Amino acid sequence: MKLPLEGLTVLEFSQYLAGPYAGLRLADLGARVIKVERPGKGDACRQLATKNLYVEDDSLVFHTINRNKESFAANLKDPADVEKVKQLIATADVMTHNFRPGVMEKIGLDYDTVKAIQPGIIYGTVTGYGKVGPWKDKPGQDLLAQSMSGLTWLTGTADGPPVPFGMATADMLCGTHLAQGILAALVQKGRTGQGTTVEVSLLESMIDFQFEVLTTHLNDGGRLPQRAKVTNAHAYLGAPYGIYPTADGHIAIAMGCLQNLGKLIGCEGLVGDAFAERDVLQEKLAAHLGAQRTQHWLDILEPADYWCADVFNYARLMEHAGYKTLEMDQLVKRPSGATVKTTRCPIRIDGERIFSDRAAPVLGEANERLEKEVFNG
Amino acid sequence: MDKKTSLPLEGITVLDFSQFLSGPSASLRLADLGARVIKVERPGTGDICRQLYVSNTEIDGESTVFHAINRNKQSYCADLKNEADCTKIRELIAKADVVMHNFRPTVMQRLGFDYDSVKAINPSMIYGCITGYGNEGPWKHKPGQDLLVQSLSGLTALSGNAGDGPVPMGLAIVDIFAGAHLCQGVLAALVRRGISGEGALVEVSMLESILDFQFEPLTVHWQDGGQEVERTKSNNAHPLVGAPYGIYETKDSFLALAMGSIPQLGELLGCPALLEYPDPATWYSQRDAIKAIIAEHLLTGPTSQWLPALEAADIWCAQILDWNDLLNHEGFKVLDMLQTVERGSGVSYGTTRVPIKFGGVREQSAIGSPAIGEHNEQIEQDLL
Repeated sequence: MKLPLEGLTVLEFSQYLAGPYAGLRLADLGARVIKVERPGKGDACRQLATKNLYVEDDSLVFHTINRNKESFAANLKDPADVEKVKQLIATADVMTHNFRPGVMEKIGLDYDTVKAIQPGIIYGTVTGYGKVGPWKDKPGQDLLAQSMSGLTWLTGTADGPPVPFGMATADMLCGTHLAQGILAALVQKGRTGQGTTVEVSLLESMIDFQFEVLTTHLNDGGRLPQRAKVTNAHAYLGAPYGIYPTADGHIAIAMGCLQNLGKLIGCEGLVGDAFAERDVLQEKLAAHLGAQRTQHWLDILEPADYWCADVFNYARLMEHAGYKTLEMDQLVKRPSGATVKTTRCPIRIDGERIFSDRAAPVLGEANERLEKEVFNG
Repeated sequence: MDKKTSLPLEGITVLDFSQFLSGPSASLRLADLGARVIKVERPGTGDICRQLYVSNTEIDGESTVFHAINRNKQSYCADLKNEADCTKIRELIAKADVVMHNFRPTVMQRLGFDYDSVKAINPSMIYGCITGYGNEGPWKHKPGQDLLVQSLSGLTALSGNAGDGPVPMGLAIVDIFAGAHLCQGVLAALVRRGISGEGALVEVSMLESILDFQFEPLTVHWQDGGQEVERTKSNNAHPLVGAPYGIYETKDSFLALAMGSIPQLGELLGCPALLEYPDPATWYSQRDAIKAIIAEHLLTGPTSQWLPALEAADIWCAQILDWNDLLNHEGFKVLDMLQTVERGSGVSYGTTRVPIKFGGVREQSAIGSPAIGEHNEQIEQDLL
């Protein structure tokens, strides 16, 4: 299959997660993505290990985010290297960076300079909180963006503390938006030949993520979200929406008619205003569901088409045929033979899953190749 | 705003059969990027989301979430079981660039609007669809609903603390990522069509999307001999990251601490017990103990006592804001992320704007959500 972005080249000056996650998606969809990294250390993410896990000299996180990319090592403080980077830019369609405001201007790779070299370039930038205002110099970091966006008051229960989403949600949404903006700009460039800048920030992505509930807040007199007292799953949804303990595990129950639910599971008195009285209703439901095993309830609710599900950990998910049929994992390899098992692109094109067995690059592995291809060295 | 700025997707027409959130959030993004998005809705009830109330708040007789998701779109009312209406839909398909839906597998086949049928009408069509769990396997008929997919995907083991049991993320994160991925796939296909003229079938599923979101913990799970994710006993903010990463209660509120050196924190906070952890490897291996020390210490003073010292030393930290704090803060206002939009009925409402800027400009569109069938006449006039 010819992938949709075949023939396009992306230069990735971005580090850590948000920008490189956009680069990963563009690579998945067929673009050639070349990371431009400083000699010696490269993308700071190479040394940012989670759970202290490394493969060869690079953190497992780096491997996860940067599979299927190339690496060009260049010292952006050395004019000779910057000259080479400019030659690369002349051959590229897209570049991304997440330096703090002002850094690319100092290096001489700001949009105006780059546009003079390559007028059609799509120039993508990621910041924490935009380029102006009192937060412009604040570190653009996931947990901080979550904390400042109000998001932490949506998860957990009414009397509990603010609870962050336990994954780099701001980074990943922001990277997703960057990829969307770049792709839309490429559509336009295909018609007009014009390049443009594409700007995203962690905080704006967090606002967009909350667009439904913020719209409610903006039109309900400015009330703040109220999480349910027990089994909260969404501050703005009424009973029974939540995850309930059972005798041997848990069951998730989504939106549905309470009366019908009460009848199906034999829970008397499950009546009331689903939103205004949800604490009482959910407590009653929790007490009732706790008496039997998860499968007991699934056997009653699923045939009645009531929206429910078991609650899995990774081991149970992966032994299930519903997971196996997706073929969601793949093995990526380095030329050295080192391998990493990781996920694949979640998008299917023309009925086919997209796999690529190329692992994350060793720092500077593309220098020699690019010397021949681009610099005629 | 420079009125001459043309949006990247100007001239693209999207025929959107999808309902609820996942598909419509993708078409909202396409609309914000300049596409003309036409919701195809059945007579009477339309998109079921119109009646999906949250917290008893409504605008103009319909749910606030519907208005948030469907601003800047047009509505074409058609009964897909009526042959005359279907003929018109086929004519619209001939003129559209993108068709998308999130029906369960086989529904569009029955209606005669599956990919092959649509492609026969319009060979360069980009055809996007979202399912819950893909088109094959034992879950293909299971309801593709956000909380259910969160629960099956392992996601509920990431938030909250070790003893909490499964904790769902309190927003429809699966819908949002599936919609975002569909949007990416459709855009990439439009890029290819611009080069080669080819159409494409673009498919995403909610389960695959939320597994992609978990690429970090999944890759760790496989690398690490199949161990399950372990949250910290207290103050968990990411189960793979060491101390101090988390949100801590202070004497008067809460503050967030991201990655940082534990002994340096000890010095800045005046907490000598933290000086006992000079080896960075222990920041992960002994994170429960370290977090307990920090939590106890931060409770002894108000946030205003801790933040200035930490910020001055460039420690990654933040105050925890709620929406009132945020919306009134200059740092938020300067982003210009809110707007008021107006419906055809004249009713207006406040909502958010697109989070992507092109050419330094954030586009504005004052158009609110459509009434069912509001644009039939105009669409037929323009396109048929």
